[in-house]
Amino acid sequence: MGYRFQFQVIWENWDLLLAGVGLTLQLSALAIVLGLVVGIVGALCRTSGNRYVSLLAAAYVEAIRNTPFLVQLLFLFFGISSLGPRLGSTQAALLALTINFGAYATEIIRAGIQSIDHSQIEAGMSLGLNRRQVFRLVVLKPAIANIYPALTSQMVLLLLLSSVVSQISAKELTFMGNFLRSRTFRDFEVYFALALIYVALALGFKLLAQLCHRRLFTFTRYI
Amino acid sequence: MRDFSHLDIVFALLWAARWTLLLSSIAFVCGGLAGFLLMLMRISPFRFLKYLSWGYLEIVQGTPLLIQFLLAFFGLSILGIDISPWMSATLALTTFTSAFLGDIWRGAVESIPTGQWEASKALSMTYFQRLGLVILPQALKRSIAPTVGFLAQVIKGTSLASAIGFVELARSATNITNVTFEPFFVYFVTAVVYFGICFPISIASRQLEKSLTY
Repeated sequence: MGYRFQFQVIWENWDLLLAGVGLTLQLSALAIVLGLVVGIVGALCRTSGNRYVSLLAAAYVEAIRNTPFLVQLLFLFFGISSLGPRLGSTQAALLALTINFGAYATEIIRAGIQSIDHSQIEAGMSLGLNRRQVFRLVVLKPAIANIYPALTSQMVLLLLLSSVVSQISAKELTFMGNFLRSRTFRDFEVYFALALIYVALALGFKLLAQLCHRRLFTFTRYI
Repeated sequence: MRDFSHLDIVFALLWAARWTLLLSSIAFVCGGLAGFLLMLMRISPFRFLKYLSWGYLEIVQGTPLLIQFLLAFFGLSILGIDISPWMSATLALTTFTSAFLGDIWRGAVESIPTGQWEASKALSMTYFQRLGLVILPQALKRSIAPTVGFLAQVIKGTSLASAIGFVELARSATNITNVTFEPFFVYFVTAVVYFGICFPISIASRQLEKSLTY
């Protein structure tokens, strides 16, 4: 094998990759926060007594979960834009990631809410908590504690999924990698470095999630 | 030159879906075989094999599938061989599938109570007899539903092969859009085709989960 590895292209362009990491993290963080809001609303719709509202939320979840993210992204970016409202690539990326994560979050949070026994809600009511307090303290918080592992692994998947938005030229990590490759022709080195950076980000996020788990759900220790 | 009617577009997309189905079937079979080996390594009593399997899983599950495709296509050319989109797409998707299926099956095997291992050992069965006759048949039942569910993930994953020039459903959609300038219609139909493939699989997985749990 007469190939000479030249990893210096990575060091020489570290600022480029760092900017990419920055946008990747920003997009993921925003999509997680917004997607969680969508997920909570979606889960409330799913568990509401109203049949049509529940069916509508179910349709949203199934439509997103059974189509590839790439097609959702292209549909949003090219399809919707062709009808009128023009989205920038970063906005379209954020919107697509939010819609995608929102669907998975809906399903996970729904499972969490349904894991709370009805007697808990009655107990909360009898303690004189109002409906909103019951939902926040008795339903949502323990529900999130129950589904925490599923939710955080979905967040890691979202972080990795964000690489796909390079396909519509949102300037995140993979886009920067593609750019660097086209400049330097150091294919293997660039993608190998990208893979390592993503592994590091995913591992870092998992560690952070574990630390947060200890902080957030102190009450679970007593159950 | 003749124009494309909407019906032409629909048929072209349906016809392109065969490459999606073919690629996902190959990856599922090859990934299943490799995943089975990874599962065996992970539950084996040898520490080295265990960590090897675990490390592979962490790395594959920690990298985006898109990067795996790009690495398999552009990256492997350093070996000096001209690697085709077909080969690299199969390789990348097999890697991805093996890691996830290996993990699903390991979970199924580990969910079997250790009493089963001990009881079969007490009957003086060898390691492979215990595994093949007692543990795996029970684990199989528990792993069918998530395995079928993962098939939908593989099918969705094939769409990323479009990034390395593999012409499957998503890539055909882009190609057709470039000719017809109707992205809304084309991508909508594409999404519907994917949905038509994946939704029945998701339903089947859920039904299996209901009927196979006691």
